This record gives sequence, C-alpha cells and structure tokens, in this order.
Amino acid sequence: MDTVKLTAKEVPELYLEAEHITPDVFAGKSNQEIGDLSVHMGNQTYKLSDYFTVEGKAGAIAAETKIVIAGDVSKVKYIGMKMTAGEVEVLGNADMYVGAWMAGGKLLVKGSVDSFAGIAMTGGELIIEGNAKNYIGAAYRGDWRGMQGGKIVVKGNVGSDVGSNINGGTIDIGGNADVHLATHADGGTIIVRGVAKGRVGGQMVKGDIYCLGGVERMMPSYKYDHTEEIELDGKKMNFQVYFGDLGERHGKKKGEIIYGKIYIATGVSETTSAKVTPRSEKKVHLSDLQTNQLASALKEMKEPSVQEVRTYIFDNFGVDMKPSQVSRLISSLKR
Amino acid sequence: MSEYIIKNGIVYDPKTGVKGEVKDICIKDGKIADKVSSKAKSIDAKGKTVMAGAVEIHSHVAGPKVNEGRNFRPEDKLFSYKPGGKNTRMAGGFSIPTTFKTGYEYAKMGYTTVMEAAMPPLYARHVHEEIKDTPIIDQGAFPVFGNNWFVFEYLKNNEMDNVMAYISWLLKTTKGYAIKIVNPGGSEAWGWGENCTTIHDPVPYFDITPAEIMKGLLTANEKMGLPHSIHVHTNNLGNPGNYKDTLDTFKLAEGVKPNNKFGREQVFHHTHVQFHSYGGDSWANFESKAKEIMDYVNANKNMTIDLGCVTLDETTTMTADGPFEHHLTTLNHLKWANVDVELETSSGIVPYVYDPRVKVCAIQWAIGLELGLYTKDPMRSFITTDHPNAGPFIRYPRIFKWLMSDKSRQEMLKSFKYSDKVIAATNLASMDREITFYELAQMTRAGPAKALGLTDMCGGLAPGMDADVVVYNIDENKIKDPEEIEKAFGTASQVFKSGTLVVDKGEVVSNGNKRTLWVDAKVPTNSQVERDVQMKFLKYYSVNLNNYEVSDHYVANPYVIEVEN
Repeated sequence: MDTVKLTAKEVPELYLEAEHITPDVFAGKSNQEIGDLSVHMGNQTYKLSDYFTVEGKAGAIAAETKIVIAGDVSKVKYIGMKMTAGEVEVLGNADMYVGAWMAGGKLLVKGSVDSFAGIAMTGGELIIEGNAKNYIGAAYRGDWRGMQGGKIVVKGNVGSDVGSNINGGTIDIGGNADVHLATHADGGTIIVRGVAKGRVGGQMVKGDIYCLGGVERMMPSYKYDHTEEIELDGKKMNFQVYFGDLGERHGKKKGEIIYGKIYIATGVSETTSAKVTPRSEKKVHLSDLQTNQLASALKEMKEPSVQEVRTYIFDNFGVDMKPSQVSRLISSLKR
Repeated sequence: MSEYIIKNGIVYDPKTGVKGEVKDICIKDGKIADKVSSKAKSIDAKGKTVMAGAVEIHSHVAGPKVNEGRNFRPEDKLFSYKPGGKNTRMAGGFSIPTTFKTGYEYAKMGYTTVMEAAMPPLYARHVHEEIKDTPIIDQGAFPVFGNNWFVFEYLKNNEMDNVMAYISWLLKTTKGYAIKIVNPGGSEAWGWGENCTTIHDPVPYFDITPAEIMKGLLTANEKMGLPHSIHVHTNNLGNPGNYKDTLDTFKLAEGVKPNNKFGREQVFHHTHVQFHSYGGDSWANFESKAKEIMDYVNANKNMTIDLGCVTLDETTTMTADGPFEHHLTTLNHLKWANVDVELETSSGIVPYVYDPRVKVCAIQWAIGLELGLYTKDPMRSFITTDHPNAGPFIRYPRIFKWLMSDKSRQEMLKSFKYSDKVIAATNLASMDREITFYELAQMTRAGPAKALGLTDMCGGLAPGMDADVVVYNIDENKIKDPEEIEKAFGTASQVFKSGTLVVDKGEVVSNGNKRTLWVDAKVPTNSQVERDVQMKFLKYYSVNLNNYEVSDHYVANPYVIEVEN
C-alpha cells in the first residue's frame, strides 16, 4: 500500500470543505494533481495545495492508497467522504462529516470529531479515538435512510441524535451518549459502554441497543420483557431486555411481532428504571483532581469564555455541565 | 427580430403531415415562415431530426404542494445543485427541482409549453409566482373544480347557468386554463374521514356523486366551448381492480360531441391512466388491464388520455387526492403531508421509491408502456409521467427509448427480480410495436397541442404558428443502439422558443420570452353567483375576496385566450 502524507500548513480562517480527500479521488494521481484538487471555503474555491503540503505517493487504485493527515485539521470538513476503499488516518481532530456516505475502507481519527461523522454510511470502518458530537451514523436531513452498514467505533463520548434512522451496521460507543440515541431506528446495533442519557430508541421499530452503563431515564413507551444472557466481546453478561417503541407500528416475522430492543446490563438496572429523578439529584460535580487540573488549565487559557471552559470539561472529563454551573465554577476557582 | 433558417433537417410534423422529409424550416418574427431573407442565420441540421417544440399536458411544476415537497425533502436536493452560469441561475433538485431547473431541463429536452396540472384556487397566487420564476417555457395552470362547494351546490340543484358563471369567474380570478377534476367528491369526503372509491359513492352532506360532478362539469365545459376539455383524474386511483371504475368514468362521455372553436375534438381527457388500469383484487394478484382500457379509448374518438409512465426512480408523489396520499403513507411508512384547502380541495405529499426489485413497481412500469403501445391513434394518447408522481419529467427521453425500442424493453423485463411474475401479469413481453418518430411527434407535440385547443399556436411547424422548433442530433434510420435515443432526446442540439434561440448545443443560451396562458371565458353577468361568492367568503373562507384574486401583476407576460359564448 502506498501512502500520501498531507500536512496542514495553517488553520483556515473559516471552515474548509475538502470532500476530495479520499483514497478514491487520490488513487492514480501524481502529487501535483492531488495538490490541484479543489477545496472550498465560504463561497471561494482554492487548491488543496494552498492549505496542505503533499508528500509520498498515491497507489494505482483506492484499495492501495493510504492517506495520512498531519497538522491541525480541526476546521476541515468532509474528510473521507464517500470513500469506498483504502485507508485514511487523521492524526489530530477533524471537523464535521468525517466519513460521511462512506462505503468501504478504513478511516481512523486519533483525535475528536464534530457532528455528522459517518452519516448514511453503508460500509467500511470508522474509528474515532476521541469524542464525537451529534448525528453520528445518522441520516441526512429529511432522509429516512441512516447508517446502513459498516462499523463506527467512538472510544470517547458522543453527543445527541447518534444513529437516528439507523437501519444496519454497528455503532460502538466507549463512553457516554447524550439524548435521542437511535431515534426512528429500523435495524442495526448500537453499543453504549457508558451511560445513555435518555430518550433512547424513540420511534424505533427494529434494532438492538446495548447499554452497559444503563439508561438515565427510559422512555415510557418501552416495556421490560425478560432477562437474557448474551455474549458481548467474548464475555457472557446478563441483560434486562426491554421491547419498544410501543407507540409505533411493528412488522411481523414468522408470526412473531418484531420490536426494537434495548438491553440494559443487570446491576445498573436499579438506577436506570423509568422513575422520574428530581432535578437536584442530577447535578454534576468534578472530582478534586479534575478541579485542580481545570484550575491550572484556566491559567493558561487567559480569560476563557464560559463555552470554552464547558467544552474543555466535556472533552477532558466527559461531563456535560450547564453553562450556569460552569460560570459559577470559574468564579469560585478565580477566588 | 432575427431570422433563422434550419437547413436540410429530417422534419417530422403531424400538423402538416410531413413524415421524415428533408426540408428547410424558416423562422421570422417569432413565427414559422414560408421563406426568409438572405440575412437569416443558417443552422445546418443535415442528418438531424427537426420537430416542433413539445407540449406537456400534465405536470406538477408550480404551486404550494410542489413547494412543500421541496421543503420537506431536503434529501431530494442532495448533491444535485449546479452553480449558475452565464445565462442560468443556480439550480438543483431531482424529483422536485427548483423553478429554474424546471425551466432549463424542460427546454433542454425540447419542451416549450408546459401545463401545471392542479392549481388550488385559494393558492393560485403562489402558483403564478412560481410560474413567473420558471424561465423559458410557456405555462398555464388548471384550477381544480372536482371538490368545490359551489360546483356541488349548483350541480345538485341542476343550475347549469350558475355552474358556468362560477367556472368563468374562477378561471378569470385564478388566471386558470382549464377545468381540472381530481378524485371528484373523494377529496371532500376526506374531510369526513371517508373517500369515494367508485363514481357512484355519494359525497357526505352534499349528497352528490362523482359521476354527477364529472358529467355536470363536462356539460358546462362543452356549453362554454373552452379550449381544453375537462381534465380528469378519477376516483380510486392506484388500487388493484380500479380499471372498472376507470371504464365507468370513460362512459360518462359516451355520445357527447365537442363544441369549441379551437379545433379540439375530445370532450374528455383522462390523465395518468397508468394509475387507473389495474386488475386483480389485491397486491398479490395485481395485474395489467391496459388492453381493456385502451380497447375502449381506441374505439371512442371523443376522448384523450395521457399515460403516466412509471420510470422506476425515487420520487415524490403529490396530488390533490388527499385520501390517496394518506393511503400511500400507510403502505410505505414514509413521511407524509396533507392539507385541506378550505372549500375547494385537499392535497397530500409522500415520497415514493419505485423499486425495480418490487413486483408491483415493475408491473406499473409495464402498464405505462403498454398503454402507449396499444394506442391506435397517437393523436389521442400523450406521453407523461404525471411528474413527479410516476417519475421525474427529466426521464422522458428514457420513456421514448422504451416505447421506440423493443430490445430495451425486453432487456428491462429480463432484468427484474420477479421477471417471470411481471411477464405473467402484463402483456408487454409479447408486444413488439416500436413507436416511430412521427408517432412520437403526435404523442408529444401535435396531439397535446390539439387537446389543449392550441393547435394553431404550438405543436406544429405550419407557417404562421409560433416558432417553437427543436433540432435533435439523431437520424431515425441510423439508430444502432437504443441508448442513442435517450441521449439525443435528452439534450437537443437547438431549441427555438417563439423564434428565440434558447438552447444551443445542449446549453441554455437565453431565458426566452416566457408567457402565461389563461382562458377568459365570457358569460352573461350572473348576480346570483356574484352574491353567492360574496356570502361564501364572508361566511367560510379564511381570506378576504380581495386577497383571493390573482391580480394582473402576478401574471408574467400574459397570453389570454378569449372565449365568446
């Protein structure tokens, strides 16, 4: 396999749309031709070489091409869009639409990504070692066909609306998931190893969601059915199986009604049943160690905005604080 | 204005009876001329086909439901946008393109006149605003009458003068072109959660039947002598076994003779007949009844039809048949929008995927083509897709290919997943007829123009007619591969619209001189109808009468067809 190394020269002023950074487009091209590919910023068109240096060599076909992206591409969108084969490796963070409409190959992001990664994906493997924001593996706006195949792995936390309209493939989340997981799902598998916040599987007609850290609050339209032993990652675990969404239509197969299923690991179930928890109990706190780390980080950040600090807390500690809490925390640390 | 001479083209023109002769066509002052001066710009059409600009009789391209389709289907626009050019603006969308794309794409295929098939009178202003924004093509719109409270009440009381006065008032107020009837009575019954699935089901409260509505409007249309006949989408669309209802509807026109001064010979136009030619009594034994339908159409000269061919694409269905759209969303579980338009009609929108792997979709595809191939008089059967209901209009060249090439049809039939079942449920496999270029010109030009009462204006190449002329880079006798048909008819070499070169070498070069056609049918003043209109607006309508009328400034470059009674 041949490798092309792209190194970002500078952080673009606005956001760069670079849908041509895929093995399919790079394959069979010289470095000069790769540099001449178009990228968009605002309503202007530029050359890829205006923002990246191109080194190495592209393979003859996509399957023999690997792209390594170094430098700060946290403001570059559409990396690996529609790729069908080959490999892409992003060494840092990336912006929205990483691996969108991806059909094959392997895409690895060492850092975190913004929203819409892997939307309407049909195949291949998308691995994000950091966190990911909203609409991961979901459908394009208005469409009813979300992720249909392949695998997305997010090692950190994910935002809201992940896997909405999913009807195939697997999303594996190492951390926590925000609200509206797998809305309107019609198939597929989602594994949340941390805590799923709530409104899980709304309007789901088919599919499986495994919540290893439990669900903060179950939808009232889900009904506990039975406990089942299932093998996950080569380890046998007991799950409570919930059927739903009972407010939706459900098809039949061999005389049996097909439901969407939420599997909740036993042991965490006591804290995750559908009871309504008072607001005050849901307050989040940082540990002393985390508070100290935040205090030293604040000194470096030089008068950060509340949103910046909130993002820092979410990215580093996986805690989603309310802006008012963050602002109180900042003033207490300053004192 | 400039003069053109199109030299040595192979001309097909049913209006003057020219069947593939090598001829020159002259254009002067926006009209077809006998001869031009030596200053005329010459266009070499040697080895190319020359026809009049095509006329679209039924298409949903402007108005509130089209726009709602655009709103609620962002995915239809994905990856389809093209930036503006020298003569064009940014345009995109697939099954529900923007107004600009609508104009450009129709023009590129050689269409110069397009009729918007369903205009809810209450939203006529929106329809005309979009028509104004659609470049190049001449347009008109058909207001819907089949579920209108005024029409129900007057017909129920057998007050034909009042019906005519109301039709005249509404055509003038909405700047409409013809009487459109969609699921007569059924869309109104939908307000009660019901439908009219046969033409003898009474409408709740009004106690009138679809048959009475259609017969009444047909009589009024002929008494008034409007350029177009009534334009009908009958009850029970899209259900297995509905061909019987369709034949019942056809029989309403039996024995009625046309009365008009526009050369129109039919008294009844039935649209998208493909959706109305289904046999069987469930989706399991669903089959084609195209033969039964076309036997009737061929035998009765006072009616015309258009096909409504399924193109096997992902598309957006939209119709003033509200109950049908609700029925459809319960079948495919996709998103759905429905609207009740006060006293006039209802409408609905649902996306639909015509998947060749699904037996029913493949049978629908075959039925559309069978209707075209069974026709004995191409002057009375027109090619449409009921855009966007059975497929987007940009697929017309593909339908031409299927109609003109047995080979391409048989290949399609063999490629289906349920090929054997599709062949068993249809007659297409045994049909080897291939539509000729001359017949195509009848089905897309002379025929629809005549049915619309525009036979002396467009759809032909006789001197004095509007110079809508198209040059296609294809020779009927030298076609080796059916794909050439699709390619040539998809992008015309040259298109003239009223004497202006609008498309050259497949590119839009001018936005032309678009007109809006509407019919001003004069009837004696009728104070009862005037009073009834005022009362209904006071009592029921959510808008004021003054905010209802489509005033002149809404209508771009109007072309008024006056009808004296």
